[in-house]
Amino acid sequence: MTVDESFTSLPLAELAEAALARARDLGAQHADLRVETIRSQGINLRDGHVDGVVDASDSGLSVRVVHDGTWGFAAGVALTPESAAHLAEQAVEVARISKPVNAEPVVLAPEPVHGEQVWVSSYEVNPFDVPDTEKIAHFRAWSERLLRHEGVAHVDAEFQAVQECKFFADLAGNRLTQQRVRTEGALTAVAVDEETGAFETMRTIAPPVGRGWEFYTSDKVFDWDAELDALPALLREKLTAPSVEPGEYDLVIHPSNLWLTIHESIGHATELDRALGYEAAYAGTSFATLDKLGTLRYGSPVMNITGDRVTEHGLGTVGFDDEGVQTQQWDIVKDGVLVGYQLDRRIAQLKGLNGGRSNGCAFADSASHVPIQRMANVSLKPAEGGPSTDELISRVRRGLYIVGDKSWSIDMQRYNFQFTGQRAFLIEDGELKGQVKDFAYQATTTDFWGAMEAVGGPGTHVLGGSFQCGKGQPGQVAPVSHGAPTALFRGIRILNTVQEAGK
Amino acid sequence: MSSRTTRATPQQLVEEALKLSRADGAVVIVDAATDANLRWANNTLTTNGVSAGQQVTVISVKNGGTGAAKSAAGVVGRSGVDLDTLEDLVRASEKAAEDAGGADDANELIAGRVSADWDAAPEETDISVFAGFAPALGEAIEAARADGSLLFGYAEHTLGTQYLGSSTGLRLRHAQPTGSVQLNAKSGDRSRSAWAGVPTADFSDVDIIAVSRDLARRLEWAKRRIDLPAGRYPTVLPPTAVADLLVYAYWSASLRDAKDGRSVFSKTGGAVSFGESVAGSSPIKVTLRSDPAAPGLECAPYVAAYSSNAFQSVFDNGLELGPTDWIRDGKLNALVATRQTAAAANAPLAPVVDNLILEAAPGGAGPSLADLTAGTDDGLLLTCLWYIREVDPQTLLLTGLTRDGVYKVEGGEVVGEVNNFRFNESPISLLSRIAEAGRTERTYSREWGDYFNRTAMPALRIADFNMSSVSPAS
Repeated sequence: MTVDESFTSLPLAELAEAALARARDLGAQHADLRVETIRSQGINLRDGHVDGVVDASDSGLSVRVVHDGTWGFAAGVALTPESAAHLAEQAVEVARISKPVNAEPVVLAPEPVHGEQVWVSSYEVNPFDVPDTEKIAHFRAWSERLLRHEGVAHVDAEFQAVQECKFFADLAGNRLTQQRVRTEGALTAVAVDEETGAFETMRTIAPPVGRGWEFYTSDKVFDWDAELDALPALLREKLTAPSVEPGEYDLVIHPSNLWLTIHESIGHATELDRALGYEAAYAGTSFATLDKLGTLRYGSPVMNITGDRVTEHGLGTVGFDDEGVQTQQWDIVKDGVLVGYQLDRRIAQLKGLNGGRSNGCAFADSASHVPIQRMANVSLKPAEGGPSTDELISRVRRGLYIVGDKSWSIDMQRYNFQFTGQRAFLIEDGELKGQVKDFAYQATTTDFWGAMEAVGGPGTHVLGGSFQCGKGQPGQVAPVSHGAPTALFRGIRILNTVQEAGK
Repeated sequence: MSSRTTRATPQQLVEEALKLSRADGAVVIVDAATDANLRWANNTLTTNGVSAGQQVTVISVKNGGTGAAKSAAGVVGRSGVDLDTLEDLVRASEKAAEDAGGADDANELIAGRVSADWDAAPEETDISVFAGFAPALGEAIEAARADGSLLFGYAEHTLGTQYLGSSTGLRLRHAQPTGSVQLNAKSGDRSRSAWAGVPTADFSDVDIIAVSRDLARRLEWAKRRIDLPAGRYPTVLPPTAVADLLVYAYWSASLRDAKDGRSVFSKTGGAVSFGESVAGSSPIKVTLRSDPAAPGLECAPYVAAYSSNAFQSVFDNGLELGPTDWIRDGKLNALVATRQTAAAANAPLAPVVDNLILEAAPGGAGPSLADLTAGTDDGLLLTCLWYIREVDPQTLLLTGLTRDGVYKVEGGEVVGEVNNFRFNESPISLLSRIAEAGRTERTYSREWGDYFNRTAMPALRIADFNMSSVSPAS
């Protein structure tokens, strides 16, 4: 795969020269230029009919400087050397105006210079090369397949595709050109009980992926056929399932649900900028503060968490981050103890972590936004030779087996969370019984991970994730993956959401 | 902010795109936006910036000679488009319409109307909008430093100017300023925290020193710490928290979903609960409404839709908006409807409007938050809510957290700060359990303000707000 020619044919070298030279002349200690073209598509079908098809392309450039120890940033859309130089002037002006509010001079961790590099993510069929008619017909056929079943009143189908092209240049000499592609497809079936007015939904559990259209035309990576076959009966069962009895249960959690719990309670909690308070007024801080590094017991000894931006097909995966740092993998939690954070160049230098080096977590969601520390692929390691999902279920006397993510919420220090799921099956004496509905699990992060008795083997591992991780002001959205095996938790509080509503 | 190159004006792009169109109908929307922002943490600046962008969206309508009722729409939007790259965009949009096939919401495009200020250039903002604000913020930070506390926050100003033209003669222009400041104060050890959000159109009305003084007072309140368990408490929700809950209810109020039997407003057999009371046993019968001309909350007086879904239709672009009562005197009056969903349900047309107002008494009269607190014998006073997500659409049960100050009120006085809680509550259910309501005032929804800036809400005292569990977060 190569980078889109419409992007490489832009005057990237001239833009870099114009912006960086002007910034240098104006006295900037650091300057970088980013040019990005982000192409996105959303296809939505309702009951097999096109609801909306939206194509967008966002192109722009921005210059970030450190001037007199203060950040300055300016973004625009005209891809001309004059405009690039003007943005460098504006960025320096922003730094000057902001200087009175800045008490902490900005210093960036030194990083090796990579010169000219090209990196392209791993995919087979670029979704933007596939005619819209084919993509629409594909999801229409899947919608109709579900609608044919008794009890399926409505089907929503959605497909999203993104192609992100980026050029990064800085005063140090980096000239990095990258392209990545990601897609997400989901179908939600709705059942309505005409007598009582009750309704339930069931969504497919295929994850968003750093893959192309090939993910939807084969069952090699995700078994769409089996999922679409099973969905109508699962939905019918859910509509008439008993409402869960609240109380303490052992939980066996499938990766299609657990990825989001990892994201919220570990991914965000181990972002160093949060621990330092940079997000205190917005996304929040973290209970996992820097003074606890190396000592905080995050979870049980079977808990091992890595951060990475290199996993093939991962949504956070890229060759170099938005500060020109080569991406890598590192430990965040080892044998249950907090051992690492997610870093960018400024905060790595500020606290001297990781030998004063970034681990490549700077990301901006478009040329118009400034890079901030964003989440890597944060993943729970499976146990080598570990148990299957069935074996984990067999260890439970009274519990729930939870599949698919749905509702999620966590507090600003990442302690107290509440999650629901697409479906939950009662486990009695080591065996799966039928579904229960209206369930939510609620816990405190370290209690929850401390109650993790076992993680499944590599055979249970799935790479889940999201296109929609929000952080920063102005708000930015980042894609990120989370790998997880199935895992077993003891004694977790289950709520009944109908009782919570006071009904 | 000056542009160094001679680029086509938004009006020229609209006219040229319409001229290039070979579709049966077309709508062209040009959005020109400028933004300036400052962000600070731990008493120092963290990030800042200015940006300028322009997006051109072309919606092509094709009917293959079969009439408007069977037409298809294709939507393609791009930034950085100029006259030389415009035709490619128009053709891509036409191709998208051909590929999409007939749309359920197909309709005639809206007939022509011209804004009086159509010819005016885009309005712009830049970093100088903070010329008065930044030094005052510097002063507030100095005071915080002297006092051993920490300030965190964000200020943003955006000016978007929209030009919407159509093959049917629409030429509509709307300039929308949007701004806000959020200020968070923490004690030096970060164990106590207070927050305020201020919406503003131009920063001339923001008194950041006064805001920081109010937060300092709240940090004082928090010096006495009272631990309370989970449970149902009489709770005063300030206007920002009411906005958080009611904006979500508004986003859940599509007529189509209700007719499909999949919303809190559904009844059995495809019926909708129009005319039914949401007030329950509460003596307070609220009105929830939108009005593009509401003073201080002015927003676009016409539909601008970039995609079709349960809430809007691209065929409705340019449709005139007026005042709409969603709930009137405690009874469900309207749900968000496009021309197509309204006709299909034989219900009134009620397009979505970009502001929301809740009134508990005519004209929004009522006591202030301070008076409401003073009238609370024993209960909680919240600062704001956070991380709100839907748990169950049937009841519209939402979960979320309290944040940056839950205060215990006894005999009308704040006596200390309580731990944070996770709540599970439905905004629709809350409307039936209002014990007392305050006066309606302009407020900033902390949870949704990024996407929905223009709200005016009263404070509400709820008799039995459901705090589901304790959160150790501070």
